[in-house]
Amino acid sequence: MFPMLRQILRAGLISEPAPIADDALRATTERLTLALRKQLGRALVIRHVDAGSCNGCELEIHALSNPYYNLEALGIKFAASPRHADLLLVTGPVAANMEVALKRAYDATPEPKLVVAVGDCGCTGGIFGESYACRGKIANVIPVDVAIPGCPPTPLQLIEGILAAIAPAK
Amino acid sequence: MQFLDQAIEFKLLADHATLTYAARVGERDLLAFCSAAHRAERRLVALWGSDERDRDTKFGYALHLAFDLAEGLCCLTLPLATNQPEFPDLALIFPAAERMQRALRDLCGITAQDGDQRPWLRHANWPADHYPLRRDTPDLRFETANEDYPFVRVEGDGVHEVAVGPIHAGIIEPGHFRFSVMGENVLRLEERLGWKHKGIERRFVGMTLADGVRLAGRVCGDSTVAYAWAYCQGAEAIGGTLPPPRALWLRALLLERERVANHLGDLGYLGNDVALSFGLAQFSRLREDWLRLNARLFGHRLLIDRVIPGGVAVDLTAEGTLAIIEQCQAVAAEVRRLKKIYDEHAGLQDRFLSTGRVTPQLAQRLGVIGLVGRASAQAWDLRCNHPFDPYEQLAVQMAIERNGDVAARALVRFAEIAESLRLIQSIAAGLPPGVLRTDVHSAPERRGFGWIEGWRGDVLVALETGVDGKIRRCHCHDPSWQNWPALEHAAIDNIVPDFPLINKSFNLAYAGQDL
Repeated sequence: MFPMLRQILRAGLISEPAPIADDALRATTERLTLALRKQLGRALVIRHVDAGSCNGCELEIHALSNPYYNLEALGIKFAASPRHADLLLVTGPVAANMEVALKRAYDATPEPKLVVAVGDCGCTGGIFGESYACRGKIANVIPVDVAIPGCPPTPLQLIEGILAAIAPAK
Repeated sequence: MQFLDQAIEFKLLADHATLTYAARVGERDLLAFCSAAHRAERRLVALWGSDERDRDTKFGYALHLAFDLAEGLCCLTLPLATNQPEFPDLALIFPAAERMQRALRDLCGITAQDGDQRPWLRHANWPADHYPLRRDTPDLRFETANEDYPFVRVEGDGVHEVAVGPIHAGIIEPGHFRFSVMGENVLRLEERLGWKHKGIERRFVGMTLADGVRLAGRVCGDSTVAYAWAYCQGAEAIGGTLPPPRALWLRALLLERERVANHLGDLGYLGNDVALSFGLAQFSRLREDWLRLNARLFGHRLLIDRVIPGGVAVDLTAEGTLAIIEQCQAVAAEVRRLKKIYDEHAGLQDRFLSTGRVTPQLAQRLGVIGLVGRASAQAWDLRCNHPFDPYEQLAVQMAIERNGDVAARALVRFAEIAESLRLIQSIAAGLPPGVLRTDVHSAPERRGFGWIEGWRGDVLVALETGVDGKIRRCHCHDPSWQNWPALEHAAIDNIVPDFPLINKSFNLAYAGQDL
């Protein structure tokens, strides 16, 4: 027990202040009504869906929970089921084999809901594009509210994008 | 050259970093060679196919196999008849071949006779006769359909099935696991993967050698350096180019940094999976420090697009060298402290020990490789078995454990972090001076192979150019192909709630093998 406590004290508090929302990342404005924002406030539950990424975006989404970014301190947490979620955080391009699963996750998420597309592939289809096996960008399959580019986006860019989905517009 | 006392004449391919041999064989010689390789306890590295109808009307398809022999990488090509591209089921000799054969059928329409004929990458979302890697297959789109996949059923009183995925409960890649359970005990696990198939191999066709590296670096995001380096080895072999020494040393530095970053992440999550969230907080802090230094020195946290044909896109300054050495020493001390805490934590050890065992005998039979293999006494590590520059000069110490359980896989990670930290410091201190890249000029109709020990295991890239010097075929092989089947065995007789822990201790790639 003592070595653990010593290690916790040695590491200290390292959480950093959150960045502010990046409004430029908003793909839609009409869906982000005032009522929705009022309802969600800044307590947000996210369900992550990997629709076909290279796993790079997942690594950076994981990083959001590390002590530096400490996403939970902002009242934002990840849920295991889309039924508990306010927001779907979707990486990809959408692989054809994942299309049905992604649509079902979207349908299972209760209204009002938000969708954030993550990464260059999620925003445009990226290097994988569209083909027999690939549907391209997330917006080709479900409606997207905020799109965060980057290959992969850094944790800070991810937080800016997630906050853009819920913070009131300036 | 002949190997394993077989009458097959191999040709040494020029300009490869690892000694690489190739030969064309007939079916009978191929089977004899496979049996001989199996008897000699050598291993199958990869299996793939190609459409050669534009070159040969009678034998219009080809099956390719790569083996790890003591002498180097050994590639066999079996020409197959245009009207009936079939070959004998090789999974009877090398069980790991089974899913590769199924994928080959989905992509090229080349069939293993009497093998498992269920599709692997194709989930009914394109027609069964649409073979994307055949050269005359048009670029079409199809309606999504719902597949009814014939899982193997376990029958009996009280047996029920638990279906998990493709979307999992955490921040994980998609895959489907079908457990047959009795109470809490797993009787059988069957995996269904291929959800992330994006048509990468078809995408490669027609790309220039220079462009292809971007795609290779995005096959599997956590192993981007390994894939990009393997791809570049292939491209450099085609171009007859030798990268400058400084570039090779910097590539090794990046590869070892990738290994440490992944191991740090995994050790944190292994702690978290046994309710020691302290471990996740500590290791994810170290991982973040690690990635931030990557961003500061190399301009990218995960090192994507840093390795390019002919060399590297980054350099290391004297100040950067100091920062790296300083960080290695700090992380080494921290990891030593955390290892002691893990070692002495009764609750953690209770969950780790004897959980998800793959015995050395089973690992040998299944052909388990990489980190998971080394935790089950399988001494495969290219950096030691076939060391190329700069590993030849660094004398890498292989991490080996025998117990094959979650604890052993954690111990291998701890040992490899320590060794990689030593390597990184040696590389940073011994970095030769000179330029960072040389030009790679493509050549028509040439083959090049790249083979790199990534953090999961060895990654193979088999590259071939067409008459125009552009990519004709590029096959990327992830070590997860060999190790996914072992996870099915590791889960047997464990309780369902331990599966996430076992799965994490393997941490296999979905994207890397779905392609």
